[in-house]
Formats: sequence, structure tokens, C-alpha cells
Amino acid sequence: MSKTNVQQVPDKYFTLSQQSEAEENIQDTQPVSLSFYRDSWRRIKKNKGAVVSLIILLIILVIAVGSIWFSPHNPDTQQVQYSFLPPKIPGLHINGFNGYAKQAGVWVDVYKEKDVPSSVYFYLGTDQFGRDLLSRLLYGTRISLLIAFSAAFLDLTIGVPYGLISGWLGGKADTIMQRALEIISGVPTLVVVVLMLLIFPPGIPSIIMALALIGWITMARVVRGQTLQIKNQEFILAARVLGQRPVKTVLGHILPNLSSVIIIQTMFTIPEAIFFEAFLSFIGVGMRAPNASLGTLINDGYQTFQFYPHLMWYPALIISLIMIAFNIFADGLRDAFDPKMKG
Amino acid sequence: MIVTLLLISSVTFLLMQKLPGSPYGNEEKLTNVQKAVMNHQYGLDKPVVVQYLYYMVGVAKGNLGVSLQFGNQPVSKIIATRIGPSVQLGIQALIIGTVVGILFGIISARFQNTWLDTSTSLFAILGGSVPNFVFAVLLQLFFAIDLKWLPIGLWDNGFASSILPSLALAITPMADSARFIRTEMIDVLHSDYIELARSTGVDEWTVAFRYGLRNAVIPLITILGPMVASLLTGSLVVEQIFAVPGIGEQFTKSILSNDYFTIMGLTILYSTLLVIVILIVDILYVLIDPRIRLIGGTRDE
Repeated sequence: MSKTNVQQVPDKYFTLSQQSEAEENIQDTQPVSLSFYRDSWRRIKKNKGAVVSLIILLIILVIAVGSIWFSPHNPDTQQVQYSFLPPKIPGLHINGFNGYAKQAGVWVDVYKEKDVPSSVYFYLGTDQFGRDLLSRLLYGTRISLLIAFSAAFLDLTIGVPYGLISGWLGGKADTIMQRALEIISGVPTLVVVVLMLLIFPPGIPSIIMALALIGWITMARVVRGQTLQIKNQEFILAARVLGQRPVKTVLGHILPNLSSVIIIQTMFTIPEAIFFEAFLSFIGVGMRAPNASLGTLINDGYQTFQFYPHLMWYPALIISLIMIAFNIFADGLRDAFDPKMKG
Repeated sequence: MIVTLLLISSVTFLLMQKLPGSPYGNEEKLTNVQKAVMNHQYGLDKPVVVQYLYYMVGVAKGNLGVSLQFGNQPVSKIIATRIGPSVQLGIQALIIGTVVGILFGIISARFQNTWLDTSTSLFAILGGSVPNFVFAVLLQLFFAIDLKWLPIGLWDNGFASSILPSLALAITPMADSARFIRTEMIDVLHSDYIELARSTGVDEWTVAFRYGLRNAVIPLITILGPMVASLLTGSLVVEQIFAVPGIGEQFTKSILSNDYFTIMGLTILYSTLLVIVILIVDILYVLIDPRIRLIGGTRDE
């Protein structure tokens, strides 16, 4: 009976079922074969906010770096006769962007008043010395980013080894290193930075140094915590049993497993460094003239804020945009690398 | 704790010795003899070690030296006259910040993944990202210059003049606590005892506030230390923008005029404050959550 039944079923059903089974197999195995970073990348692509932030950051980065070669005006050229010009963008005839400014309640063409040739445009207007705001903004953004990235890099070079050593050695060494950290972190960061800036000659290197000095502590703590967790796992034990030297184990097995934590932490340090630099420049101990950073631009704009608000708004807008984008992107990265650690 | 303070004041003292520039404002007009007399008067002509010992003994007795810039006032007196506004601002900002932040966090968690959650989270990100001095200027422009509701600055209108600076300062703790509470609250709202409370028919809000909040708020205490630290930082710019005669404004002024003893005094004040806050946090933590005592000793992990 059963034999005839089987023969009655057409052949094509058998082949079909075999095919779909094979397909299912492929589908089952595919996600497993994804590497950790591929997987994270796939997850981050789903996070719209993070993708948009990344794009914004990349655009700002490219423009800021590109402005070394393509700046609309020289950011340092002073033309006092052109001071306090409002923004003027070719082809745009909305008041506030066409060279007109409100004077005693009436819109006046300031460019005509100050005899600016009609072919000259200052897209975002000029400051009190007649310097082009857009060029200064690009320059300032570049400096701020440079400071932030260098400070974050220094954080890495101090904080990661400190955390690794402290976590790996454990015991007494760990206790001593952690007590030292506790004492240092009892000092308000503000005080450290201000004191550093008072002692070192003003300039970009001292600011970077001062920022790195406060930033590495969190990094060291995070790295130490993770090292403590990882070093008790089986694969580390295996490496030890096989007689691998400790330095090699730490660099070859622990460090790669920490990379996501380190990347996330760095992404949070960068906006913090940008903020602190701006903060320092704002209270007057950061960058000195004629150098510009986002902080000094905001400070300069604030001095004439009531009469020429655009001088403050644009730098403030850019710094807020960078900070927001970095924070959202860092949040997205954290979620992507470690889905359990949602925040 | 005392080690920390001792270390900080020593390092500050040493760094002060290295400061470039002179503490006397009108240095060009002073003859060498005058300078020598003034150095002698302030004890600046003695060897560094002696100066250091004098200073440390003075600090232990509560004597922080004399300001070199502001009419020979003792530093402790400057601090005493200026600490009022700063403390008031700080406390108001901390209260506004944490209360609003907790509310936002609860709303976010309660309506997780809805538009309410998205908008409050976005607000928290904005608050944490926009620098507080930009926010302070915005507040000043909108409420003081355009609407003329509140004073632009200074400290002569009582409570009214403290509103805007407090708000400007509150934005950072608000954003921090909102994000923190949201995460904690989502965890807590999914725990078993909350499910049990729900199953007895208690409405969602009572569950969130009476049962959930208590457990969600405890970890918030841990970020109180960093919060106070960031308030100290913020007070510098905010007090400057609103011309509040507080400690932060004094600190900026002293830095810009090389007023050694005032800078040192304020540095020690700031550090003491932070160390005390961290200590209080540790104590509070044990007092509020009895479970911590049971697992005691694992604080390091």
C-alpha cells in the first residue's frame, strides 16, 4: 500500500522540498557567519539617528579640512572698513541673508552704505575687524576638532595602558593604582585644566595637554573594569596554559576584546573635549587672538550679541550640531556594540 | 579624603609658584624698592618651603591668606560674602534639574518607544549637547531682553534674578538624570514585583511612582558627584553671563588677574566641596538601600 502511495506522488515534490531545505540551511547559517563588526554595522545602519549624525559629522569634517585649501576669504585678513556686515548670499533675497540689516526699525542695505563692491559676498557676514565670519568659522571648527581629536588620542595612549596594567596585574598593584585614580578624580576637572593653562604658555598644545590630563581617568576605569571581566574567561586561561607571555596575551587577546568599549568611550570624550575647549575660550583662558576656535568665536559674538546676533548664532549653531551629532552617534554605537547596554 | 585635600592644596601651591606674570596690577609703576616692600608684606620674599608651611598651617586654621588684588581682603572673607548666591543657584539648579529630569525619565520609560519617549529623549540629548553658556545666552535673550519678564543679570532682585541662572545651570543635571532614570526605570518596570503590583489592579502611574521610582532613583545618587562637579564648572560661565556676584565669577576674575591666594583658596574650596559630596554620596547610598550593606566589600568591582 505504502509503496504505491509514494509512487503516486510526482517527482517534482521531492526535488522542491530538497531545494527549500538547502535554502533554509543557507538562511540559518548566514547570520552566524557575520563577524562582530559586520553585525554591529548592520545594527547601526538601522538606527536612523546614528546614520544621520555620522553623515553630518563626516560633512563637517570634510568641509573643515577642505577649507585649508578652499576658504572663501582669508580668516585673518582684517578690513576694518567692512566691519559688522550682515550675511549676504548671492541669489538669496530674504532679508537677513541679502546684505540688509535692520537699523532703527528699517531694513537698510549695509553693503551699499559701506561701499562694498557688488561682487563681494560675505556669506555669513563679518566681525568687528571686517574678517569673514564663514572663513573664521571653518578655521575655528578645524581647530576645535583638531584639539578634541588629539585630546581623545592622548586619552587613549594614557588611559588604555593604565587600565590594562591595573586590571591585568590585580592585587596590590591594582589597589595602589586605583587609590591613585581616586585621589586624582577628587580634584575638580575644572581646577586642573585652569591651573594647567595658567602655567603652560597659551596655545593649542597646552589646551590639548590639559584636556587629556582630565580625560584619561574615565578611560582607565572603563578599561580596567572590562579587563577584570575578560581575564577570568577560558580563552585567556588557555593562552596562559599554552605558555604565552603575559604582554602578548594582553595585547593579542584582551585588547581586541576591549576595542568596542574603547571606541565608545572615545566617542564620548571627543564632544566633551570640544565643550571644554569652548568653555575655556569663553571664560578667557583658552585660545588667544588671532587664533580662533568655536569657543572664542562664540565669546567674540557674545560681546556684540545684542546688535549683531548672527556673530554668535552661527558658531553656537555649529558647536551644538557637532555635539548633538557626536552624542547621538556614540549612543548608537553603544547600542550596536552592546545591545544589552541600552542607554 | 584628607590625603586628597592635602595633595590638592600642595600641588596647587607648587603650581602657583610657577605662574607667569606678577600679582600686582600696576607693576610698571612700581619701583624695585616698592616691590620688595610689598613682597615682604605678603611674605613672598621668603623661601618657597617656608611660604608653603605658613600657608598650610594657615589653611588648617581656616586662614586662606589675603587677596592680592581686591583691596587686601582676606580670601576667607571674599568667599564668605560671595558664597551665598552660588550656593543658592547650585541648590536651585540641582533641585530643578533632578526633579524635571526624573519626571522626563519616568515619562520616557512609561511610554517607551512612542513619540512621547522620542521627544523627551531628544530633549535630553539636546540638553546634554548644547553648551550651557549658549543656553544661558538664549534664556537671557528670550526672557530678559525680548519678553522683559525677568532681570537680565545682577543680584539685586531677590528670587527673580536667580531664576534664569538657575535654569541655565539646571539643563545639564536635567539631561543627565533624565537619561539615567529612563534606563533604570525601563529595567525596573520589567521586574517581577512590578508585574505583581500591576496584576493587583493598581494603575500604571501609581506603579511607576510608588513602586518603580524608589528603586530607579537609588542609582541616580551615584552620578550626584559628577553632577555637582559639572555644576561647579557651569557656574563659572553662567555667573559671568548673568553678572552674579558669586564664587564662580570671582574665580574667573582671579585667574585673569593672577590673584594667587584667591585662586588657591577657591581651588581648595572647590576640591573640598567635591570630596565632601562624594563622601555624602557614599554614606547616602548605604543608608537608602540596605541591600548594599549585605553585599558590602565589592565596591571595587
